[in-house]
Amino acid sequence: MTTGAMTPYRSQASSGHERFWHLLHAEFTKFRTVRGWVITMIIAILATSAFVFLSSRAQCSAGGSACPPPPAGPGGEPVADAFYFAHQPLTGNGTITVQLTSLTGEFQNQNANGQSVMEPEGPQPWSKAGIIIKENTSQGSAYAAMMVTGSHGVRMQWNYVNDTPGLTGSVSASSPRWLRLVRTGDTIAGYDSADGTHWTLAGTATLPGLPATVQGGLFAASPNDSTSAITLATGVFRHVGLSWPATGWTGTNVGGTISVNGVGVPGSLRQSGGALTVSGSGDISPLAGNFSVLTVQTALFGSFAAMIALIVVGVMFITAEYRRGMIRVSLTASPRRGRLLAAKAIVIGAVSFVTGMIAAALAIAVGTRVLGKGGLPLSPVPALTEVRMIVGTGALLAVAAVLALAIGTILKRSAAAVTTVIAATFIPFLLAILPPSPLGLREWLLRITPAAAFSVQQAQPQYSQVIASYTPNGGYYPLAGWAGLAVECAWAAVALTLASYLLRRRDA
Amino acid sequence: MNNALHAEWTKVRTVAGPAWLLSGVIALTVALGTVAASAAQCRSAACGIDPAKISFTGIYLGQAVVAVAGVLAIGNEYSTGMIRLSLTAVPQRLTLLFAKAAVLAVPVLIASLLAVAASAVIGWLILPGRGFTPGHGYASLTAGADLRAVVGAILYLTLIALLSLGVAAAVRDSAVAIGLVLGLLYVFPIVASLVSDATVSRHLQQIGPMSAGLDIQATIGVKNLPLTPWQGLGVVALWTAGALLLGAVVLKFRDA
Repeated sequence: MTTGAMTPYRSQASSGHERFWHLLHAEFTKFRTVRGWVITMIIAILATSAFVFLSSRAQCSAGGSACPPPPAGPGGEPVADAFYFAHQPLTGNGTITVQLTSLTGEFQNQNANGQSVMEPEGPQPWSKAGIIIKENTSQGSAYAAMMVTGSHGVRMQWNYVNDTPGLTGSVSASSPRWLRLVRTGDTIAGYDSADGTHWTLAGTATLPGLPATVQGGLFAASPNDSTSAITLATGVFRHVGLSWPATGWTGTNVGGTISVNGVGVPGSLRQSGGALTVSGSGDISPLAGNFSVLTVQTALFGSFAAMIALIVVGVMFITAEYRRGMIRVSLTASPRRGRLLAAKAIVIGAVSFVTGMIAAALAIAVGTRVLGKGGLPLSPVPALTEVRMIVGTGALLAVAAVLALAIGTILKRSAAAVTTVIAATFIPFLLAILPPSPLGLREWLLRITPAAAFSVQQAQPQYSQVIASYTPNGGYYPLAGWAGLAVECAWAAVALTLASYLLRRRDA
Repeated sequence: MNNALHAEWTKVRTVAGPAWLLSGVIALTVALGTVAASAAQCRSAACGIDPAKISFTGIYLGQAVVAVAGVLAIGNEYSTGMIRLSLTAVPQRLTLLFAKAAVLAVPVLIASLLAVAASAVIGWLILPGRGFTPGHGYASLTAGADLRAVVGAILYLTLIALLSLGVAAAVRDSAVAIGLVLGLLYVFPIVASLVSDATVSRHLQQIGPMSAGLDIQATIGVKNLPLTPWQGLGVVALWTAGALLLGAVVLKFRDA
C-alpha cells in the first residue's frame, strides 16, 4: 500500500440554486411515480365535472311550477324590468329636464273583508321616480335614467347593473330635485341640481347601438317589500322640459301589470295644474340574490370533492415518507430541511394548481353545455370573472394541498392530519350554510377560516341597489374573491412556518 | 371468539391513542355545542330554530374524531404490518373484523353517550337565556322527541365509527379511508344546500349519511324532513352495513 498524499474531498455538487432544482425534480419524481396519487388527480378532475349534472335540470323556483324565463338585459344577464313609463318618441339628440317635488309610497294590504287595498307608507329604500331614455318599451332593452330614490338620494342608473350616486337627501316640495338627461349619439349624460340653475354631472352612460328613435319620458317603480307585498311609488313632476316638439304622453306598464295572487296594481299618469303625477310598481335592476340566477358557479360544486382528494394526497406526500422511514433518506440527500419542505410544497402546490384549473375549466365547459336546460336559463358570466373562477379554483385547491402538507409534517400521522385539514375547512363551511347558526356568525366563519377561499368561485356580484337575500347558500360570500383566497393562504403560510420549524428541530 | 375479543380489547386498552381520541370526541363535541348554544338566538315565537340541533352542533366535529377512531382501529395495523400477525393469531378473518367492531363500538358508544348527554345538559342550561323560552314556544319540549334526539345522536356516532372501520378494512390505508369517510359525510350536505334544484337537493339529503342521520335530532318541523327521523338513521345503518360488508369481503378474499 502506498501512502501518497490524498487529494482532499471536494464536493462535486454545484451551486445551491441548481441543487434546489434537483430537489424539486426529485420530489416531482416521487409524486409522479406513485400511481395512486396520479390516479387520484385524474379522478379529482373527472369528479368535478360529474357534479355538474346535479344542477342540469334546475328549474325556476316559483312555487315548484315552471315560470317564464326572466327578460335578459343588453349583456345577456337576467334582469327585472317592470315599471310605469310615460313616454314619447325622441329622435336624434335631445334633452329632458324635470323638477321632482315628491316621492311617496303605498303598499298592498288586505282589508277586513279580505280585499286588496293600497295603504300609504314611506317609499321603499329603492323606490324610484325620475326620467329615463330607453331603447323601446320591451323588457330588457337598453336605457339610462336619472332618478330620486326612497332613501338613497339621487342616482343615475343604466343598463340594469350600473348605479352611481348623485345628490343625497330626500325630496320634498321645499327641497325639490332637478334631473336632466342629455342624449348625444350613443352617449347619455345625467345631471342633477337642487335649484335648476347649478347642474352637476352625475354620470355618463354609453349605450352602444342605440337606435336613432328611442322612447324618453317619466317613470316610477317600486320593488316588492320584505314581505313580498306589492308596493307603489308615486312621483310628482313639474317644469317638464323637452328639447323636441312634444307629441303627448303614452302610458305603458312595461312588463305588464305587477300582480301577486292575481291582484294587480297598474301604474298611472295624472296631469293637473302643470304637475304630472306618475305611479308605478316593479323594479329596473339586475336579478340578484339567492337562487335567482343560474351561473357556471353551479358547475364548481365538485371542487369540494376534489379538495378532499387533494388534501389526502397533500398529507400523504409527507406522511408516506415518515411511515416508510423514507424521510431519513430524503433528509440525508437534502440536509437543509427547510428546503426539502419548500420543494415538497412547490411540487404538490403546482400539481394541485394545474389539476384544479383543468378540473374547473372542464367543469365550466361542461356546465356551459348542460346547465340551464331545466327552465332557469344559464346567465352569462364576464370572461374575466370566468378566468378568475378557473384560476381561483386551481389556487384554492393548491393552497389546500399545501396546507395539508404542512399539517401532515406537523402531526406526522395521516389520519389525524387529513381530519384536521378537512374539519378546519368543511365544518366552518357547513356551519355557515346550514340553518341553525345565526347569520352574523356565519359571515365570520367565511371570513376567518380556510373556507373563506371558496369566495373565489363567486360568479355574481352583490348589487347594493338590489335588496335581496345574499347568503353563501345562494353563492354569495362575505369576502371578495381574492381576499378570501388570501385568508386561506395566510393559514397555509402559518402552518408551513410551524412545519418548517418543527422539521428542523425534531428528529426525523 | 372470546379470545379474539380479549386480544382486541387488550390492544385498545394498552395504547394511548384510542383513549385520547375518545376524550377528544367528548371535549370537541361539548366545546362546539357550547359555542353554538351561546351564539344561537331566538328572537320571536316563529324563529323556527330547533334547540336540539343547536345543542348537538358539536356532532359535526365529534363525528370526525369518531371516524378517525374507526379508521385507525384497523388502519393502524395495516400501516405497521401488525395485521399479518393478527391474522396469523386469528386465522378466521371475519372473527377478527367482528372482534374489532365490538371493541370499537362499545367504547365509542360510551364516549358518545357522555358527549351527547353533556351537550344536552349544556344546551338545556344555556338556551333558555338565548330566547328559547316558554314565550317563544319552547315551554315543554315533547319528551319523546328529545329522548329520540339524544338516543339517535349516540347511535349515529357509533354507526359512523363502524362505517369508518368498514371503509378502512376495504381500502387498507388510513389517509385514504378517512378522506373517503369525511368526504361521504361532509360533501353531501354541502352540495345539497348549494344546489338550486329542490328535487336533487332533497334526494341528496336523503342519501347522504350525515344529513339523513342527523334527521334523528330534529325536535321541531319533523313533518318537513326529507325522511322520518328513524328512516334517516336507517340510511346511516345501511351505509354502515354496506361498508362493513365491503370491508369483510376485501379482508376475507385479499392477501393482507
